[in-house]
Amino acid sequence: MKMLLSGNEAVARGAWEGGVLVSAAYPGTPSTEILENLARYEEVRAEWSPNEKVAFEVALGAAIGGARATVSMKHVGLNVAADPLMSSAYSGINAGFLIISADDPGMHSSQNEQDNRIFAKFAKIPVLEPSDSQEAHDFAKIGFKISEEFDTPVLFRLTTRISHTKCIVEVGEREEVEVKPYNKDIYKYILVPAHARKRHVAVEERLERLKEFAEKTDLNRIEWGNREIGIVTSGIAYQYAKEVMPEASFLKLGFSWPTPIGLVKKFSSQVKKLYVVEELEPFIEDALRAAGLEVTGKEVVPRINELSPRRVRVALTGKELPHLEPENVVARPPVLCPGCPHIGIYWALRRLRATVMGDIGCYTLGFQEPLSAMDTCLEMGFSVSGAHGLEKAQGKKFARKLVATIGDSTFLHSGVTGLMDIVYNKGTSTVVILENSTTAMTGHQDHPATGKTAKGEPTKAIDFKELAHAVGVEKVFEVDPHDLKMTRKVLKEAMELEEPTVVIAKRPCVLLKEERKRLQAKPKKKIIPEKCKGETCRNCLTIGCSAIYWKDGKAWINPLLCVGCDLCQQLCPFGAIVEDVKDEN
Amino acid sequence: MKTKNIIISGVGGQGIILASELLSLAAMRAGFDVKKSEVHGMSQRGGSVVSNVRFGEKVYSPLIEEGTADVILSFEKLETLRWIHFLNPKSGVCIVNDLEIIPVQVSQGKGEYPGDIMERLKKKASRVYLVDGVKYALQAGNPRTANTVLLGTLSNFLPIEPGIWEETIKKRVPPKTIEANMKAFWLGRDLFKD
Repeated sequence: MKMLLSGNEAVARGAWEGGVLVSAAYPGTPSTEILENLARYEEVRAEWSPNEKVAFEVALGAAIGGARATVSMKHVGLNVAADPLMSSAYSGINAGFLIISADDPGMHSSQNEQDNRIFAKFAKIPVLEPSDSQEAHDFAKIGFKISEEFDTPVLFRLTTRISHTKCIVEVGEREEVEVKPYNKDIYKYILVPAHARKRHVAVEERLERLKEFAEKTDLNRIEWGNREIGIVTSGIAYQYAKEVMPEASFLKLGFSWPTPIGLVKKFSSQVKKLYVVEELEPFIEDALRAAGLEVTGKEVVPRINELSPRRVRVALTGKELPHLEPENVVARPPVLCPGCPHIGIYWALRRLRATVMGDIGCYTLGFQEPLSAMDTCLEMGFSVSGAHGLEKAQGKKFARKLVATIGDSTFLHSGVTGLMDIVYNKGTSTVVILENSTTAMTGHQDHPATGKTAKGEPTKAIDFKELAHAVGVEKVFEVDPHDLKMTRKVLKEAMELEEPTVVIAKRPCVLLKEERKRLQAKPKKKIIPEKCKGETCRNCLTIGCSAIYWKDGKAWINPLLCVGCDLCQQLCPFGAIVEDVKDEN
Repeated sequence: MKTKNIIISGVGGQGIILASELLSLAAMRAGFDVKKSEVHGMSQRGGSVVSNVRFGEKVYSPLIEEGTADVILSFEKLETLRWIHFLNPKSGVCIVNDLEIIPVQVSQGKGEYPGDIMERLKKKASRVYLVDGVKYALQAGNPRTANTVLLGTLSNFLPIEPGIWEETIKKRVPPKTIEANMKAFWLGRDLFKD
């Protein structure tokens, strides 16, 4: 049967066909849909974990426990899970284990563009690099077999353009794989130094066997064409190079680490000029150079930003196709949605002239004008622990204007440990938990405080107030961020207290189904032009609502975008904003 | 047949991903190899969104190269201009929804919404079609079918039979909206006969 599947859907389908039983993940673009799709298969015990380290450990535990397992995450998630990654390389597995890492060249939705193939080299485990959805599907099944044959975790590396490109895939049926018996084996699974020293020997021996495998697996293939130019390539770069230079000879590596040096030598001896075309780091290129091969790679193929057909064409031929000049038009970056609960918090923090440590989520957009209420956003959890460090540097007086703002999902991922630290080490920072009842930015996934599992089953929900109290925070405030006056008042009070405080800003994301339904029943807002004072006021523009626009010296509301919240109404001193009541047609 | 390259652009929340899905499924049903690529994540947050759809006998790159798009189908006027360098400078067609969504930047005084988009497009593209999607969607009985009106117009420029489009739409849109979507498709298709 043929289906139109994204790389993420395809890897989920392939893993399912390959008998996966346990899958865990933390959401992160571009990896999120892998677990969402796995959760739809009845046979798969699919779970959202609080963070990638936990997800990795759940999947590894399952693999040691005899069930085929996957963990999936975005590239930076593997940084969080690096500890179990390195140890799992030593322990090995029992049943097949795939570590699915979706990298983000071009940083469409990320803070860096690290190339996670390097993690595999570091951990001494093999890498599979599919080039389209069909391969993502097929390689998942093969990956489990390689994992079991060599007693190793396998790094399954996707990138944004593989994960989010839909292609036609020939799918198959599920092969039921029996759960293997769990056998206690302290020499593998207890990595005390005496055992780990022996395991290191096993890891090096395994790497030698993997090198032999790389030379003969059909995951690596030669496509002979014109022998003037030979291109060694992998992943999405293969597609761009084929598009630009279909007549060349190709060595396509689906199994790129350990790199099959013998195969490359055979290939290179029969072509005049050898290129390596790969995205981001010179990963394959370095291996070839270390083996003494003469190649052209990163001196022509850009190392920064994602590749494209044009960039590969320029690299290989020095020319572009004729095209029109790009037009210089005003940018349209993403903005907080009309009615977004985060707007109120950042509006108030701006008014309080606070130093705001931000974090990863939709609310990062609070840094943009006109809210402009954020000083930092580095990685998951930095807002909380970083605020504590900033207080240690600048002192308690500074801390009276210092807050950390962090989403509910991000707080559970790695903010709660920072909060423990603030209490333990006598900090006085204020932590604002933006409780919107979902992981919003990645497309609304559940987390341990939503009361629902990845499978949609009801479960216990963490109560943030009780959690903060349990950690030792005595003053915990709750506020509706859509009450602007109260939000400002509560934040001011919390920040000024010379003790750790937590403010829970509670209001569901406007894009959640139930919330959308609730809002649809409400009338939209409109502005009475005669009452709007225009340039002398501009108050309603301070929330940065994308439904409000400026035309002919006055503010107007776009009824197609307005959700009927009253944030702008609270700010209009002239009563110019009213409900737009009209007959339903 | 040379690979067909279609850019679908607009603003997050306008239904670009569903529209490009319908096009891709129709091309697949017609027996072509298909790839479609877009970036998820922030797309619902009112930012600029673009989807690349390519179909033909065998498609390698999921991304369209600058200067090779056969059609730019845009759900918002400014978002047509943003991708114009991808259009084939000799034969490219622009299909533009007659809708302006003012970016927050403009309201903040950080830029201007150009008043001469159509003139600029006409200078660059061989053919430009302006379609009032919402007007025809209302005629079709559902204001949310504006995208289908535009797909109808697009269908005039692609080697996919109307019957295949009809089957694809029937299969993919919510059952309650099939009738309105079908009307919308034909309204858009009949606007400009190539």
